[in-house]
Amino acid sequence: MSEALAIGAPTARKREPGRLRIVPPAALLALLFFYPLALIVRQAFLDDSGVANVPEIVRVLHSRFFLNALINTVTISVTATAGCLIVGLLLALILAFVPFPGSGFIARLIDTFIALPTFLVTLAFTFLYGSAGMLNSGLMEAFSLPLPPVDFLYSTWGVVLAEVTVYTPFILRPLLAAISLVDRGQIEAASVLGARPFRIVRQVILPAAVPALVAGGSLCLLLTVNEFGIVLFIGAKGVITLPLLIYGKAIQESAYQVACIIAVVNIALSLGLFGLYRFAAGRLGV
Amino acid sequence: MLVWSRSGRLIIWVIFALIFGVLFLAPLAVILLSSLADQWNGVLPNGLTTEHYADVAKGAAWNAVKASLVTGFAASALALVSGTWAALSLRLQGPALKRLLGPLFFIPSAVPSVSVGLGLLVAFSHPPLLLNGTIAIVMIAHFVLISAFTFGNVSAGLARLSPDFEQVASSLGARPAYRLWHVTLPLLAPYLVAAFGLSFALSMGELGATVMVYPPGWVTLPVSIFSLTDRGDIFAGAALTMILVAATLVLLLGLERITARATGS
Repeated sequence: MSEALAIGAPTARKREPGRLRIVPPAALLALLFFYPLALIVRQAFLDDSGVANVPEIVRVLHSRFFLNALINTVTISVTATAGCLIVGLLLALILAFVPFPGSGFIARLIDTFIALPTFLVTLAFTFLYGSAGMLNSGLMEAFSLPLPPVDFLYSTWGVVLAEVTVYTPFILRPLLAAISLVDRGQIEAASVLGARPFRIVRQVILPAAVPALVAGGSLCLLLTVNEFGIVLFIGAKGVITLPLLIYGKAIQESAYQVACIIAVVNIALSLGLFGLYRFAAGRLGV
Repeated sequence: MLVWSRSGRLIIWVIFALIFGVLFLAPLAVILLSSLADQWNGVLPNGLTTEHYADVAKGAAWNAVKASLVTGFAASALALVSGTWAALSLRLQGPALKRLLGPLFFIPSAVPSVSVGLGLLVAFSHPPLLLNGTIAIVMIAHFVLISAFTFGNVSAGLARLSPDFEQVASSLGARPAYRLWHVTLPLLAPYLVAAFGLSFALSMGELGATVMVYPPGWVTLPVSIFSLTDRGDIFAGAALTMILVAATLVLLLGLERITARATGS
């Protein structure tokens, strides 16, 4: 008995402090992140006296501003992700299979967009496609038009185009890694046997790229649902997304409870997409 | 390789140049051009000037650069320590706990930044934890948002680390603390520098949470760019954006060189 204890004890004593070392960083994150998150949920469901506040929740969830923002968020996110997937796939195929002098440098340049602030692109679009921007000035001068003809920037399309620019690099990176693993011999064999490039892409390259597309696409969905800077900088009255609505309710109207109710919906949506991304990335082995 | 004919390849390269030009090159070029534009009524600016840079340098720019650099440094340093600590100690856990705790450290990157800011406002606006209106709350917001990225980078580095070095060190009698300081951390150094650089860059561009919590005296670069453009002063906004981009790139390139020199590659 005492012998068993003597053998068992040192290992237990040795492992204990090591296992407890996770506590400080976990406690820090719990205090600074999970505790505030729990308070958002609490404030969303209970009013100041601690009673469940169902009518207010129902009112907010049925309100036009909330439903509009939800529809905008989902539409923009899905459209932008589709755009990122198409552009990302096209760029990756060209960079990997039809390379040109300097294509490696171009790939790295696109990669640096990941580190740049997202609103930079919106600001640039104002100069390019705004009502007094380069494109409109050029068209008005060339065809002597009285009014700016291009007017998509202050709509959901402006947000979508900006998000495609900002989030395509997030798809390009895993995609390039995945298709660089495709066996070149397979492509050359298919090509010698007379398969046209389109067919090679569809039957040889795409199957290898699907996991990267799924993982990159779900990451894009998550990031575009959470995007704030682009929408704020476009500042169009008609384009309000969930994050922008939370900011407006909390900071501009000081309606914290409404902001918390919307935040709970937004966070639930984001966590769902995060789960999807982890699942997809896990299957990819990232 | 996929397209053999010369004309076919040329067409594809033209398509690539169009997409790359419109989506990536044009925005960067136009921000640079507009930050130097004198007046802009037609397709191109009427003239070039460095006036906007002089203006923002006289105005809020210096304070904004300082606020962004200090916030970025403090938040990234804290995230580096806590992320490395978490990644190292997660290795000591059993597989079940590892699977449970690992994703928890990633969740902050999935929650919208505005909601992180909202949570901090709700949690820390009352005593005893009254942080609302202080600089600390901005740093905490940045720390929370970047912590997942540092944790992820360091974990990825740890996973690629060959366990041989640590085992050899142990079998030669190195104590855990000595082994950590003289074997594990030096091997991890490139990943630590990369993690620090990425989180610093993310912090420099952070807007959503900052705009929720910043106190009047601590306006970071993105917030001050927003208030400039919101006022209609888009040229000054572009100049300040260029300063932000330059600061971020200098920082990243500098860290890259340090890593390259340290690893001898």
